[in-house]
Amino acid sequence: MKLLVLAPILAPLITAALCLLAWQRMWLQRAISLLGGVVFTCSSVALLGYVYSYGIVVMQPGNWPAPFGITLVADLFSAVMAAVGSIVGLAVLIFSLTGVDQQRQQGGFHPLLHTLLLGVSGSFLTGDLFNLYVWFEVMLISSFVLVSLGGEKAQLEGAIKYVTLNLLSSALFLAAVGVLYSTVGTLNLADLAVRLGDADPSGAPSVAGRILLIAFGIKAAVFPLFFWLPASYHTPPAAISAVLAGLLTKVGVYAMTRVFSLLFPLEGDSTQTLLLWTAGLTMATGVLGAAAQNDIRRVLSFHIISQIGYMIMGLAMYTPLALAGMVFYLVHHIVVKTNLFLVAGIVQRLRGTCDLDRLGGLYRDKAWLAFLFLIPAFSLAGLPPLSGFWAKFILARAGLEAERYLIVAVALAVSLLTLFSMTKVWAEAFWKVPPAQDTPATEIEGSEGLRWMVVPSAALASLTVAIGFAAEPLFELASATANQLLDPKQYIDAVLGGA
Amino acid sequence: MKSLILITATRYLLPLLLMFSLFLLLRGHNEPGGGFVGGLAAAAAFALFAIASGVERARDLLGVHPRVLLGAGLLIAISAGVMAIPVGLPFMTGLWSAIELPAIGKLGTPLLFDVGVYLIVLGMVVTIVFELAED
Amino acid sequence: MELLLAITVGALYAAGFYMILRRSLVKLIIGLALLSHAANLFLFTVGGLTRAGVPLLDGVEPATTFADPLPQALILTAIVIGFGVQAFAIVLLRWVYQTTGTDDVNQLQTTDIGS
Repeated sequence: MKLLVLAPILAPLITAALCLLAWQRMWLQRAISLLGGVVFTCSSVALLGYVYSYGIVVMQPGNWPAPFGITLVADLFSAVMAAVGSIVGLAVLIFSLTGVDQQRQQGGFHPLLHTLLLGVSGSFLTGDLFNLYVWFEVMLISSFVLVSLGGEKAQLEGAIKYVTLNLLSSALFLAAVGVLYSTVGTLNLADLAVRLGDADPSGAPSVAGRILLIAFGIKAAVFPLFFWLPASYHTPPAAISAVLAGLLTKVGVYAMTRVFSLLFPLEGDSTQTLLLWTAGLTMATGVLGAAAQNDIRRVLSFHIISQIGYMIMGLAMYTPLALAGMVFYLVHHIVVKTNLFLVAGIVQRLRGTCDLDRLGGLYRDKAWLAFLFLIPAFSLAGLPPLSGFWAKFILARAGLEAERYLIVAVALAVSLLTLFSMTKVWAEAFWKVPPAQDTPATEIEGSEGLRWMVVPSAALASLTVAIGFAAEPLFELASATANQLLDPKQYIDAVLGGA
Repeated sequence: MKSLILITATRYLLPLLLMFSLFLLLRGHNEPGGGFVGGLAAAAAFALFAIASGVERARDLLGVHPRVLLGAGLLIAISAGVMAIPVGLPFMTGLWSAIELPAIGKLGTPLLFDVGVYLIVLGMVVTIVFELAED
Repeated sequence: MELLLAITVGALYAAGFYMILRRSLVKLIIGLALLSHAANLFLFTVGGLTRAGVPLLDGVEPATTFADPLPQALILTAIVIGFGVQAFAIVLLRWVYQTTGTDDVNQLQTTDIGS
């Protein structure tokens, strides 16, 4: 059953290759892409099921034993992330069949999306620090091309900032890998964890830890390293924004969590305080930035930053409940955020704009769309009984238990501001009378392909509701994940064969 | 800009460079070389031709679209890795046959993998060079 | 030798950051290239500089001291990745120049300022 770890990596890789070969025949390329997406999602979900029932799965490609070769590891955290990532990946894929214009689809959208998903699942499943760097690059290069695909002016301007900042972060990551290898002599995550446990905590490894914090901080868009995100995420078409918004920064959060639970456990050292402050400031700046924006996708881009703050808060508190909250939050956020961008894409398709001043009356014309927006929007703000409520509830409770009142206060205040921001979008785009100069209900293109844009969005919305009403199973999964994260020995024994 | 000297020189250089790229590819196991440099050398050959005679003619010379090279290379490289699975070994384990060829050495899946890398590198570099050279 | 390489790495980092902070897009890309070279060379230097034989090979008497091949493998991978990324960055630069007609980073602000 070790092949199951490989499946989420092989499926998108093969799909991307076949899409390249089927380039000329668009229908064939789409069929392959869709089939590949379904296989990818099924294998990732199956992997999660397997890991949940039978424990951590480890594979050694090339038959090299553990500390020497590259390891593929699926513990609960990896598997949860890979499964959720693949589900949203599939949703975006279905959305894009009609939601992305023909020109972009012919320009390589499908192979690029699959290499992006390959990079994402590779990052989740690898057990080697340098290999993580390689998967990051796979993911980034495809996202670079996706962001600039189509070549509109705004896209290219955004892409320049996106590319520069992310390359900077990669260079830092590489330097940190160098420092770690020179002092500890290994790059296998499990082996690193063992050897760093014996090493002098104040020496060079801690420098590497800080460099990694900055490198992953740029990728995850935490305060004060987030500026590339609102400058670029709103520029490409909605399907592309959605997959970037849903997955990319979360890979940064994943890497940060992995490093600061396995390699440098956050036990009351200064990094923990630093992360807590970062979390609070990230939440606050993100939501304040969103309040100043007047375009749905810009608002949503700033909210990504704000939400990242909550996850970092969970990580920084580093108690079982807080980590469970973080995992819950990650799952909830990936689903909800992707969905909000998809809804923004539907609005864009119907009205030709996402500018709040020029929108209006959508509730009167398309009541179903209003509900489709309200579910993820209220979930994002944390209204019961949707998924966001439970995520925030767990985090707040963990904060109170850990007696970190300030961060809890910030989190609750930010949550209110998020609600304000979402009601603003609601009032402007859906409720108010449409501005007179626009002829109401101009459908830019026929509603021919609209159904296939609505279906994935509705599916993600029902997932949000389902998580809200049946939070218990997910919470149990999240708690199990948190316990595994807090007990690195399980991971180490699974990889190195135990003692 | 057409230079007669460059066009004439390229006519001789192109086959030499392509042969050299294959040489690099095949000696890659134990000696310096391999799919990556081989692919780069081959791409350099096509880039030279594109500079001398124009991108259109270089595309004709290549015969297939670069992205086909990318796709085929990926599939070949993956197949080299997957072959170990039916035998019961982990993915990407090198399998070696008993056949030994004079110049190349033992045949095995690593060579196949290198061929895949060669095609991917050739496809990617040629895509970029053509993109930059076209107006 | 370490000292020389350390100074080189430092100079490359400094030059890379300086170039990135300039306003020209071409210089930005040169800066990114320098930065990735700096990171690669840094990886090479901290990996340990030893003049020694190759690690174990069939049929050859293993050397008493042998060089660690891993940093070199890492750098090779990083160079390949850097090569791909920089090639894309150059293509992107060309697209940007064609669409916006400017090389000045300060002119590329329309996505930052709210509508």
